[in-house]
Amino acid sequence: MAEPAAEKTLLDVVTEADTDKNAKGPELTGEINVPRVEEGRIVKGKLSGAKPHAAKPEIMTALGFPDTLVDNWEEAAVKRLGELLEKYKSLQVYLDICVRCGSCTDKCQFFLGSGDPNNMPVARAELLRRVYKKYFTTEGKLFGKLAGARKLDLKLLGDWYAYFHQCSQCRRCSVFCPYGIDTAEISMAAREIMDSIGLGQKYCDMTIGKLLEIGNNLGMNPKALTNTLESIEEDIEEEDGVPVKLPLDVEGADILLVTPSADFFASPHVESLIGYAKVFHQAGVSWTMSSLASEAGNFGMFVGNYTLMQKAAMRIRNAIEQIKPKRLIVGECGHAWRIAYSFWNTLIGPFDSLDPNYPAPQHICEYTLDLVKRGAIKLNKEANDEFTVTFHDSCNVARASRMGSRPGGQFTIPRELIKASCNKYVEMDPATTMEKTFCCGGGGGLLTDEIMETRIAGAMPRMQTLHAVMESDGVNFMALICAICKAQFTKIMPKYGVPMEVAGGVHQLVGRAIELGAKE
Amino acid sequence: MSGLTLFFGLFFYLALAIFLVGFLGKIWKYAFTPAPLRIPQTPAPVHAAGVPVRMFQEVVFFKSLFRGNKLLWIGGYLFHLGLLFILVEHLRFIIAPTSSVLNTLVTYDLYSGFVLLGALTFLLILRVAIDRHLYISLASDYALLLLLMAVASSGLLSRFWDGGHIRMNLPQVKAFIAGLVTFNNIGSVPTNKLFLIHFSLVLILLIYFPFSKLMHAGGLFFSPTRNQVDNPREKRWATPWVKTRPTATLPALEMQQQQAPAAAPVQEPAAEG
Repeated sequence: MAEPAAEKTLLDVVTEADTDKNAKGPELTGEINVPRVEEGRIVKGKLSGAKPHAAKPEIMTALGFPDTLVDNWEEAAVKRLGELLEKYKSLQVYLDICVRCGSCTDKCQFFLGSGDPNNMPVARAELLRRVYKKYFTTEGKLFGKLAGARKLDLKLLGDWYAYFHQCSQCRRCSVFCPYGIDTAEISMAAREIMDSIGLGQKYCDMTIGKLLEIGNNLGMNPKALTNTLESIEEDIEEEDGVPVKLPLDVEGADILLVTPSADFFASPHVESLIGYAKVFHQAGVSWTMSSLASEAGNFGMFVGNYTLMQKAAMRIRNAIEQIKPKRLIVGECGHAWRIAYSFWNTLIGPFDSLDPNYPAPQHICEYTLDLVKRGAIKLNKEANDEFTVTFHDSCNVARASRMGSRPGGQFTIPRELIKASCNKYVEMDPATTMEKTFCCGGGGGLLTDEIMETRIAGAMPRMQTLHAVMESDGVNFMALICAICKAQFTKIMPKYGVPMEVAGGVHQLVGRAIELGAKE
Repeated sequence: MSGLTLFFGLFFYLALAIFLVGFLGKIWKYAFTPAPLRIPQTPAPVHAAGVPVRMFQEVVFFKSLFRGNKLLWIGGYLFHLGLLFILVEHLRFIIAPTSSVLNTLVTYDLYSGFVLLGALTFLLILRVAIDRHLYISLASDYALLLLLMAVASSGLLSRFWDGGHIRMNLPQVKAFIAGLVTFNNIGSVPTNKLFLIHFSLVLILLIYFPFSKLMHAGGLFFSPTRNQVDNPREKRWATPWVKTRPTATLPALEMQQQQAPAAAPVQEPAAEG
C-alpha cells in the first residue's frame, strides 16, 4: 500500500510539472526545420508539463503578493487583467488587433525547438486573449467559443503557468508581425496576473527578492563582494603582472560601472569583468563599482511588475547619489541593457547630476570601441588567433535597445569591437542575426534548471546555426554580451555535444587582446 | 416610402451608427490608454520624423508581413489592394457627378472585384492548408473570410446576372445610396435581390467591424512597438500614471557592510542574470 499522499493544494494542482529532466538536444545538422503541427488540434502539447517551480509563500509575501493561490483566483485574475488593460496601451491594443494571420507561427525558438503548438506566439497570446474575450469583449460574450472566448479555469491557468514561462520575451515574433504585436508584453502581463493571485514563479520572484534585499541577484553581501573582487585582482596580477584594480564604492570616481552580478564569479562572465577592468585601467580613468548597485539585471521586467522593477532600479539611483560619478556605464547583459537604456531614465531619471556630454547610461561596448577608435587603448588581435569568432546578438539588445547614435548601432558596435580584437570573424546565417536573432533559450526568467527541457528546446535554432559555422568555418568562439546568454549556453552546449568553452564574452576577447602597460 | 425602403434605410443608419460609435470608441481607448514605458521594437527611428516613414512602410507595403511570410503577404496585399480599389470605385454611388478619374477607375472595377475574391480564396486556402495556420484559426476567422467572400461574390454576381428577378438598375442604386448618405431625397430601395443581399452583408460587416479583429485597421497606428521613437536616453519619458519619482532613500549601506563577513556564496550560481 502506498502511503496516503498529502492533500494537494490548488497551487500544487496548477503547477504540477511533468517534464523530461534528462532531455538532450537533437542532433546538430545546421538546419532549422519547422516542426509539423499534427492534426491541427493537439490536446496536450509536448511541453505542457514543463512548468517551473512555484514560489514559496515567504518569497511571495516579501514582494507583496498573496502567499499562495487565492481562493477567488478567477475573479482576482480577471480583475487584475482589467487593471492592466487600463494601464498598458500595448496590452489593450495587442489583445484586440491580432488577425491570426500566421506570420509569427514559425518564428519562436521554443516552437521550433519543441513543436508544441502552444509555443507559436499567436497561440501563446491566445491563452490570455481567450480570457480577455470572455470577460471584456462584446464579441466574446455574444459568440463565446466561436470567437475564441474561454472561461478561466484551472486547466487554462495551468497552461498559462506552463506556456507564459516558455516565452523568453525576446520579441522575435514582433519583428514579423504586421502590427508589431509584442508577445513579451502579453507574457509580462500574464505573469503579473499570476503573481497577483499568488501563483508566482520561484526563480524570478526569489531573484527579485534577493535583489531588493541584498542588492544583487546572487545575494552577495558587500563583504563577500569585496573579497571576490580582491581575489580577481590577485588573479589578474598573477597572470599579467599588472596591478589592474576592481574598485568598489569609491566615492567621487568619474565612472560608475553597473554590471550583472554573475560577472563577479560565474564563468565565463568573470572574464568579461576582467576585460572591463583592463579597459578602464589602460584608459587611466577613475572608476568604481557599487555595492548598492551590484546588479544591472532586474527581473522585475520579466514578471511584468512596474513597481518592483522601479524599486530594484532605485538602487542605481541611490548609488549615483552616493558615488557622485560623472558617467554611468553598464556591463554585458541583455535584459539589463534594455532596462538601462530604455527604462532607467523613466524609472529613476533624470540623470541631471551626470556629465551631459555622455549618454546616460552608456554600454560598455560603446565606451570601449570609442577608446579603440581614438587610439586610447591598443588591441593586439594576434592574442586571439586561436579563436575563430562569431557573434550572437542578444535578443534584448537587438530588438529593445540601441548603442551609439544611429539605429542599428547595437549590431555594428559589438561587431566592430570584436573585429578589432581578433583576426578571424565569421557571421552566422543572416536570417538569424541582428533584429532576426534568436534568443539563447534562457532569457525572460527561464534560466532555471527544472525547465531544462524548455531551455534545450529554445536553444535549438541558435545551436543549429552555430553548428553550421563551426562546420564550415571552424568557429570555436561565440561572443556574447549577455549574462543570461553566457549562463544558458555554457549549460546547454554540452547537451548538444558542443564544448561549453565555445561561449564567451565580447570583453573576454578585449581583455585578452588589450595591451597593458605604459602608453607610447 | 415603401416599407422595404424604410427597413433598409433604418438598417443602414443603424449599422453606420454602430460602426462609427464602436470604431471611434475603440480608437479613443487606444489613444488614451497610457504607455508607461518606451518599447519601440528596434532598430527604430531615432527622430520623431522617422516614425511616419516606418508607419508608411507598414501600412502601404506591409513590410513586416513581407519579412514574415511571402505567401501571406501576396494574399493579404492583393486582398487589401482589391478592397481599396473597390471602395474607391463604390464612390460612384455617392458622388455625383463622378469625376473623370473615378470614371476611368470604374471601368476596371471587375478586375478589382476578382482580385478581391481571388485573394480571399487564397487566404482561406492558406488557413486550411498550412498546419500551423489551421491550428490557430478560430471559427470567427473563417466566418469573417466567408462573409467577405459573400460580399465580394454578391457584388460581382450582380454585374452579370439579374438574380432571376428584376434587372439591377444602377441609377436607382445610386439614387438610393446617395440619398442615404446625404440625408436628402432618399429614393426607393432597389428591389433586385442580389443588391439587397450585397447591401445587407456589407451592413452586417460594418456592425461586426468594431467588435472584431478588423479593428487592426485603426489599432495598427497605436502599436507602441511601431509608433514610438527610439530616444529614451535623449528624452525622458515620464510614465503617465506615475506622478512623481519615488524619492531616493539610501539604504543603510554601512549597516549592510557591517554584516557578518560571508565567504563567497558556496553554491554554484546556476541562475544569474
